[in-house]
Amino acid sequence: MGALLRWKLDAPAVTPERGAALGAEAWRRLRRNRVAWWSLMFLALVGLTSLLAPLLPLPSPAALELSAEPTPPAGPWTSIGNHGFQREYWPLSSVDERLVDARVALFGDWQTGPWLGTDSKGRDLLSRIVWGSRTSIAVALLAMLTSLVIGVTWGAFAGFVGGRTDRVMMRIVDVLYSLPFIFIVIFLITILQGWKDLLETRLGLNREAVFYLSIGAVYWLTMARVVRGQVLSLRHAEFVDAARQMGASTARILFVHIVPNVFGIIIVYLTLSIPSVMLFESFLTFLGLGIEAPRVSWGLLAVDGADTIHPLGIDWWLLVWPAVAMGTTLLALNILGDGLRDALDPKSALAAKGAAQT
Amino acid sequence: MIRFLLRRAGWFAVTLFCVVTLSFAMMRAVRGGPFDSERALSPAIEANLKARYHLDWPLWKQYAAYVGPLELGEQRAAWLGGDGTRVFGGVLAGDFGPSFRYRDTTVNDILAQSLPISLALGGVALAFALVLGLAAGLVSAQYPRSSLDTLVRTTATIGIAVPNFVIAGFLVILFAFLVPLFPVAGYGSWEHMVLPGCALGLPFAAYIARLTRAGMLDALSFDWIRTARAKGVPPRTILLRHALRAGIVPVVSYLGPATAGILTGSLVIERIFAIPGTGSHFVNSALNRDYTLAMGVTILYTTLVCGLNVLVDVLYTWLDPRVALEEEG
Amino acid sequence: MGAHNGLRGRGAGKQGFFVVLLLLAVLGYGAWRVGLEAGLDQADFTFANGAEPTSLDPTQTTGAPEGRLMRAIFEGLCVLDPKTLAPLPGMAERWEISADELTYTFHLRSGARWTNGDEVVAADFKAGFARLLDPREAAEYAYLLYCVRGAREYATNVDDSGAALRGFDTVGIRTPDARTLVVELERPVPWFLYLAAYPPLAPLNQRALDEMRAQFPNTWRIERLRPENLVTNGPWRVVERRVNDRIRLARHDQYWDRDNVAFETIDVLASEHLSTNLNLYLTGAVGFVNEVPAGVVPRLAGRADWNPTPYLATYFYRVNVTRPPLDDARVRRALALAIDRRALTSKITRAGEPPLYSWVPSAITPVTGYVPPALRTTTEDPVADYARDVAEAQRLLREAGYGPGARALRRIEIHYNTQSTNRDIAEVVARDWKLHLGLDVKLTNQEKKVALDTQRRLDYDISRSTWIADYPDPASFLEVLTQASANNRTGFADARYDALLAEALTARGAERKRLYAEAEARLLELLPIIPLFGFTTTSLVDPRLAGFHPNNLDIHFPKFWRWNADGERR
Repeated sequence: MGALLRWKLDAPAVTPERGAALGAEAWRRLRRNRVAWWSLMFLALVGLTSLLAPLLPLPSPAALELSAEPTPPAGPWTSIGNHGFQREYWPLSSVDERLVDARVALFGDWQTGPWLGTDSKGRDLLSRIVWGSRTSIAVALLAMLTSLVIGVTWGAFAGFVGGRTDRVMMRIVDVLYSLPFIFIVIFLITILQGWKDLLETRLGLNREAVFYLSIGAVYWLTMARVVRGQVLSLRHAEFVDAARQMGASTARILFVHIVPNVFGIIIVYLTLSIPSVMLFESFLTFLGLGIEAPRVSWGLLAVDGADTIHPLGIDWWLLVWPAVAMGTTLLALNILGDGLRDALDPKSALAAKGAAQT
Repeated sequence: MIRFLLRRAGWFAVTLFCVVTLSFAMMRAVRGGPFDSERALSPAIEANLKARYHLDWPLWKQYAAYVGPLELGEQRAAWLGGDGTRVFGGVLAGDFGPSFRYRDTTVNDILAQSLPISLALGGVALAFALVLGLAAGLVSAQYPRSSLDTLVRTTATIGIAVPNFVIAGFLVILFAFLVPLFPVAGYGSWEHMVLPGCALGLPFAAYIARLTRAGMLDALSFDWIRTARAKGVPPRTILLRHALRAGIVPVVSYLGPATAGILTGSLVIERIFAIPGTGSHFVNSALNRDYTLAMGVTILYTTLVCGLNVLVDVLYTWLDPRVALEEEG
Repeated sequence: MGAHNGLRGRGAGKQGFFVVLLLLAVLGYGAWRVGLEAGLDQADFTFANGAEPTSLDPTQTTGAPEGRLMRAIFEGLCVLDPKTLAPLPGMAERWEISADELTYTFHLRSGARWTNGDEVVAADFKAGFARLLDPREAAEYAYLLYCVRGAREYATNVDDSGAALRGFDTVGIRTPDARTLVVELERPVPWFLYLAAYPPLAPLNQRALDEMRAQFPNTWRIERLRPENLVTNGPWRVVERRVNDRIRLARHDQYWDRDNVAFETIDVLASEHLSTNLNLYLTGAVGFVNEVPAGVVPRLAGRADWNPTPYLATYFYRVNVTRPPLDDARVRRALALAIDRRALTSKITRAGEPPLYSWVPSAITPVTGYVPPALRTTTEDPVADYARDVAEAQRLLREAGYGPGARALRRIEIHYNTQSTNRDIAEVVARDWKLHLGLDVKLTNQEKKVALDTQRRLDYDISRSTWIADYPDPASFLEVLTQASANNRTGFADARYDALLAEALTARGAERKRLYAEAEARLLELLPIIPLFGFTTTSLVDPRLAGFHPNNLDIHFPKFWRWNADGERR
């Protein structure tokens, strides 16, 4: 997926004359794009649900029911809910603990029924999908944040300074590009596992954080390229010259004047790479390098679901629902990303006509 | 042109050097060694095993031996057994050394055996992606905004949004069990390549469909197409003979990155369908601490990526002479 | 790469089209060619063997997949009866054991041949054993032969270059004539005939090896194992090998018992993905699959081809006895008692695994008659038993000074290596400890090699492990935890335990069993390990395959395999 994304960003004509800020104009254009707008709304809903997961009257995503067999979905019309809630989670943050307190105060031990079915350990699939979305979204956002920090700094600096520094910096990016991407992540994860003591006790990072950082550490390359390209075109813009003449420092010019102007393209890039990060997470989980039990992520659910594919009795819901959750979210992100790109660059939207809505 | 190629070759050498050094360092930084297992080795045996593969040497010396055919003084116990008349050749001599995990083979053997298989699988996937993608994009562009168009576009986007092991799972259930058309897994005949090729190619087909559609709609708005239409050329001819030519260009430029993506993406697919390609070595060699194999696949990958990039750049100039071969991206 | 934006010209498309067509043609041709080369006709029998074998050299391998393959291409002095596991004549036609059980005399059959036409002679076995013991060959299983007189001294005394200091003539292996092999043991070894059937003790064709050495002075180690160069003496020979795909075996025409070898060709598939292997089995592409995914086990109950059988392997947790509070045997015992093993086996693993309260798995009793002691008494009522265990565990913790009103136990970390069953088991153990002992438990997933490294450095609290017997004897388990053993990795060192085992080495018959039982009882008192359950095989075997019997060693000799009289091939 990495290569696909790289191309997607390198190729399209996202070369506005001046930095494409996410201004009111672009916002208006985005709202006019019906499909993209609905995607945004859908994503907001997904985000909100995952944020408020502890508050929702869902069964515990972790409580094991050992001898249970997977049960097929029973829609809300057959069993709206029951009073079997067990307060069992992995270690939660204090905010989440409060939310669970609120949930218990609000709903007591009432919980929703197995609307989407249960897995082989009797855990409710709907609950696991909702809680899994938290991990997947966190992976995506944190990895993106890491790549944002490294990539923007690297790219903006290279683009702004130019000359030999620029060339050397971009060559380093090229070299890193030609390393197999998966390979690096596997290495980072295994190396960092070996240095657990240092990371956990001294730096306070847990395995999840290490996981996010490892992904982020390989995703910054494209970001650096994109930002550099933009900065290069802005380097001699009037407002930059003006700032320079007023005696602003390089860092100030870079981060106060230039970076905000390339923010639009950064947003586009982020929206488009989140799906690939999410897919990557599932891919790593498939290889046994993913998130740690009892936590759950969409990738883990998809892998568990894929394991049920054999003719000895197909628990279809274990594959279909996680795939649907993942598919729709990624779909929406893709549509939104395209929509944003068109909104920021009306020229390409005009040229591609209907393609923009895909 | 020759200057361009020479320059690229120079950069390739630099890149390769960095990659070898970096991957060597990373491999050795990971905890655990190639010979660790639940049954601990006795110290004498472990020492001898390490000596056979030169793991008892200081790191710089191991690195030097890995990179080039160097004379390393007295201690010349050979990599591949034997009586030490020849030190392991080194990457510069095109010798990637013996595999630590598959002890009957060399990395060269493994790569020579598995790369054609991966390439064949990649070829099937790419062919599938092209045929399906172009056809879907064409239909979609012929009837923009129709329900057919919507269907194609939705399917295409789902192809991008679902992990390929899920797609593989659906394909196995559908075409190996419910309608037993193809074998579930394995390698040995063209039938074995169909399902993995589809599963691997589908996301790329989806993307090619989108590209084709956009490119064609774009082309249909050009002046010369409008002129042709005004001259009374039938719409079908316009679409197939004129618009497609222009619409296909972005697809061609996508082929480079798509090939690289397919080559690494085959990892999961190869595992699910038990295809003996290079994909599985990417992960397993790292997990087994098979130092030489891991570095071998890394070098292979780097070479492929660099080679494809040069190829794409050369293709561009051929496709459109206005694009000069510019080494500074 | 951003240079192609303006490519909308009229002329460009034609070439673009051409490029695509050309590419398709090249790809199609390539795929077709590779497909052609890959084409092998269907073998008479195909089975999924698990991981790709590390090597085809019998002295260099230890794993189960390698073992299955080796038993098809090499034959030792004996083979084991597929049903009873009694030693049957292999290369040796008959043998005598001296009254003191210290001298084994094997009489080799005449007419047994290698695939290169040479006759199999006693010297070949001596050469094979010498190679297994030679420290320079670094054979992992060399220690299997340490019971032979002088073998340990030969193999472990090395000079600076790693070569043996003593000559091989100091080892008690003699060949009075071409057909007689005499092995002198240091002490009675009741399982020696099993060893004689074990792949690492296969013979070696020295002539073939020397030829290869002369021909490929630098790469003979690899060259001699290529299918075209490999010389074997078993029922089949290797004709083709594709790493990570398959090893094709064809019948060895000069094999002494050729007429009783049913399959002309066998394909040994290498594939580690369990779901894939299962799917291959279910579509009839393979006739035997060595392991199925844990998730499908409940759905296999009642099938004719599903016969899980306990074998000699223990699933256990190592306890780091050097770390407080785990240095207190009472705490360890409390931890061991508080685990509901029945829940683990009946609700998670679900293939009929026996819950284990001993270090040596109960599957040993039918093989050797040894009855392992248990760390608790078992009655008819498992529920009451467990309730009693939990009460006892709580009492022990209080006695050790932990629990309500006393010190709180610090957080205990369980390391497990990546695999969903390990994860599930750790979750249940953690829950039991939390529920009954109020422990704070953290689960940590470690990649296999990292986990081993962590164990070796004693950098853990509790770490998951498996031990599979090398030979059917309690010693194969008990020796693991002596102070000197490199496999100990728990920090456990008990002089009395070591003394009991040393004494048992030279003891015989019932006395030996009593000493082992005493040593194990001592171990279960101190508990540097927490046994959880004994493994069962989880293989699926085509019901039409005759000569394949589930057994307590999970050892199968392909030479006995054949289709049932009425079993037509699919």
